[in-house]
Amino acid sequence: MRLFFVFLVALLLGACAGPQLRGTGDLGLVIERASGQVTLVNTTSRQPYARIDGLGDLSHASAVYSRDGRYAFVFGRDGGLTKIDMLEARIVRRVMQSGNAIGGSISQDGRIVVAQNYTPGGIKAFDAETLELLSEVPAEYAPGKFSKVVGLADAPGNKFAYALFEGGEIWVSDFSNPKQPKTQRFPAGLQPYDGLVTPDGRYFLAGLFGEDGVAMLDLWQPEKGSRKILENYGRGQEKLPVFKMPHLRGWSVAQGKAYLPAIGRHEVLVVDVATWKEVGRIPVRGQPVFVIARPDGRQVWVNFAFPDNGKMDVIDTLAGKVVHAFEPGKGILHMEFTPRGENVWLSARDDNKVLIYDTATFSRVGEIAADNPSGIFFTTRAARIGF
Amino acid sequence: MLSSRLVFALFWASTATLANAEPSTAGTPDAVRQKELVRLVRQDCGSCHGMTLQGGLGPALLPATLQEKPVEGLVATIYYGRPGTPMPPWKQFMSEAEAGWIVQQLMSGFPQ
Repeated sequence: MRLFFVFLVALLLGACAGPQLRGTGDLGLVIERASGQVTLVNTTSRQPYARIDGLGDLSHASAVYSRDGRYAFVFGRDGGLTKIDMLEARIVRRVMQSGNAIGGSISQDGRIVVAQNYTPGGIKAFDAETLELLSEVPAEYAPGKFSKVVGLADAPGNKFAYALFEGGEIWVSDFSNPKQPKTQRFPAGLQPYDGLVTPDGRYFLAGLFGEDGVAMLDLWQPEKGSRKILENYGRGQEKLPVFKMPHLRGWSVAQGKAYLPAIGRHEVLVVDVATWKEVGRIPVRGQPVFVIARPDGRQVWVNFAFPDNGKMDVIDTLAGKVVHAFEPGKGILHMEFTPRGENVWLSARDDNKVLIYDTATFSRVGEIAADNPSGIFFTTRAARIGF
Repeated sequence: MLSSRLVFALFWASTATLANAEPSTAGTPDAVRQKELVRLVRQDCGSCHGMTLQGGLGPALLPATLQEKPVEGLVATIYYGRPGTPMPPWKQFMSEAEAGWIVQQLMSGFPQ
């Protein structure tokens, strides 16, 4: 009864003066890469609700969310790390953490934000509350030799897995003690370009640019070491030129299979996650960049590197082939599904628009103006492993 | 033989000077094409080298980082790519002269 009364008073007060209460589950942000801005968006109304500037160089910027979905941590190319309050639509904190960064991740318990850096090569851990530096792991793979870090992903146990581009290794750093991380090293192969943790947090995969294959580590049994899958998928054939590096993330796992971009081949490789054997390859219309499963896993959407970056192919995972191919706009750089996948948002950089599509009918249901949009990040990422 | 080589060298030197002095000589892309090339470099080369060309997975392309490097080598890198690295050949999207123009711009501070 008393609780009810308190609730009633709160409701009345809220109605009179205070700000309207709302959740964060249907919010997100769009990176506007050329102007150092982000546009905050609502996936229910399909409208922007705020724009925040002053985030520096946002080319190749990415974002992760606090576990309550209230705060976004945006990693800029220039090493800027910006914490944004999604509800108050303002910058809470901002630090310059390196010279040249490529993204970041947040720990299982939500307390540690980790940035991955090209220059100086390595990772740095920050307190998610204050953005105070906790510790760092320089990617010194040989005495005096530092590597660019790619593919950083969070794993259970406040661990982070990542790969070293020049070093050709997979590293796993355990931040159980955030000020004294412990790092294990595993061989990967030639020039790992990105990595992913499977949605269950068990496997870390590093795509290789310098050779045909993908390095794989079972995080449940790291003592067994890393191994290579999809070896020699190119079968010695000459590679097509790759005008943009593909990206990997745990979202490409659907229906017990992983859908991965081939390098130098206009194909999506399909791997059985139980056996890690190749079970198929699907021809597509360009060098795949993002290969992303709709949350239910029925569809996998693919965008492409320059000069095919106006196209999108949609794979039906039941049919095992492309069932819809279209050209939604110019410079399609990224896509993000709404939490349960009824819509997909595409950034059309050269059209200065974000395009919203219905994934069942493939019809366009909305668009938002944005200045050279690139990454789109919805708060639902807060609750997913490997994001 | 020697003299013909000298003449040849002088010819190259003079055209190089001409090209520097008069950007409108043959081989220099027109204004519309220049704009396209600038956008290509900033947006698409930028996905590896950074939109501000300060480097990423690929090296920085700023005047200070390029000044020691031979121009012909840089033009060839753009045009033919660099085997063993992720740098692809861009020859299907531009002429060698246009690659040369890009190098010239990169070395003197690339337009926005």
